[in-house]
Amino acid sequence: MASVSQNFMKLFRGSSSGSETTATQGSQKLTRRSSGLGELARVWDSETPLCILDVGSTSPANIRYFTERGHRIYSEDLLVSSTDPGLATKDEEGKPILDSRKFLAENLVYPAAQFDVVLCWNLPDYLDESLVRPVMGRLWSVLKPQGMLLAFFHTKDAGPDSPCYRFHIIEKDVLEMQRIVLKRESRRGPTGAVHTAVSDGFQLQRVFNNRHIETLFRDFASIKFFLARDNVREVLVVR
Amino acid sequence: MSAPLTTNLAQIGKSVVIKGELSGSEDLYIDGQVEGTIALKGNSLTVGPNGQVKASVEAKGVVVQGKLEGNVQASDRVELRKSAVVNGDISTQRISIEEGAYLKGKVDIQGRAEKAAGK
Repeated sequence: MASVSQNFMKLFRGSSSGSETTATQGSQKLTRRSSGLGELARVWDSETPLCILDVGSTSPANIRYFTERGHRIYSEDLLVSSTDPGLATKDEEGKPILDSRKFLAENLVYPAAQFDVVLCWNLPDYLDESLVRPVMGRLWSVLKPQGMLLAFFHTKDAGPDSPCYRFHIIEKDVLEMQRIVLKRESRRGPTGAVHTAVSDGFQLQRVFNNRHIETLFRDFASIKFFLARDNVREVLVVR
Repeated sequence: MSAPLTTNLAQIGKSVVIKGELSGSEDLYIDGQVEGTIALKGNSLTVGPNGQVKASVEAKGVVVQGKLEGNVQASDRVELRKSAVVNGDISTQRISIEEGAYLKGKVDIQGRAEKAAGK
């Protein structure tokens, strides 16, 4: 029971302690209000069909949300793609890194200026350091001029154990967050009972401060910050 | 999981490997490996949990439980079950995706665009 309550608290540690967050479906899913998403919703509420790229975990809800509105959505789970063992290499000093050229040869392969919106979610916080800048550069190039990108960044108060979430759009400014669990392992204990171990999802790689975020998006025309009460900064950038 | 037993269902078992063009006028269940093209106009394709398909697919309905690499064009609907791993663009009238399914590609809902164009 202790581990159940600890996991429950862990879910909340990386999210909100405010009134905007409520647990749904046991402790597996949380909802949160998103100002950045609300601002973006003005774009996709238009009659013009948009081309949207979601680089978070595959979300049936997001696919349904956009296709119902007549938009075209591309889904590409970059965090899962970054776990490809074939990407492992070493830099000039012999330190292990991921091969960003190979990664970009296999992922985010789109014509320039294809997308109106990129949903980046919390990708930069969990992506390997060697991939962050190359991926952001590629996202800039596949966005149309005036295209928008939404990303979430943890603040330093979030803590290193902040879980990585899959984001589902359920209303124009409301997200459902589902913790990403990479694998389940079941084994039989000495008493014959079956124990299921659930390994954690992706680990928080770093915490960006405002200056880091501005540097990361320096090629973009404008940047807008939305501060949330749940140790997350929402960032909306325009190419 | 076994394929539903119906009279008009062709099955490719999990030990079968096929390379080439597959076409037909009955529903097809693939639990083996297929590489090439699959054309089942007016009929449905099911990729079973052990199925590994590397092919462009044209069918009325497509259900994926295993792995599918290639573009899918379905005149009616596409279902991605929770164990599905799909790398390719999907063009269909209706789509359902279970939680846990993996998709890398575009989703294009044809019916709506066609209606809009017809207006």
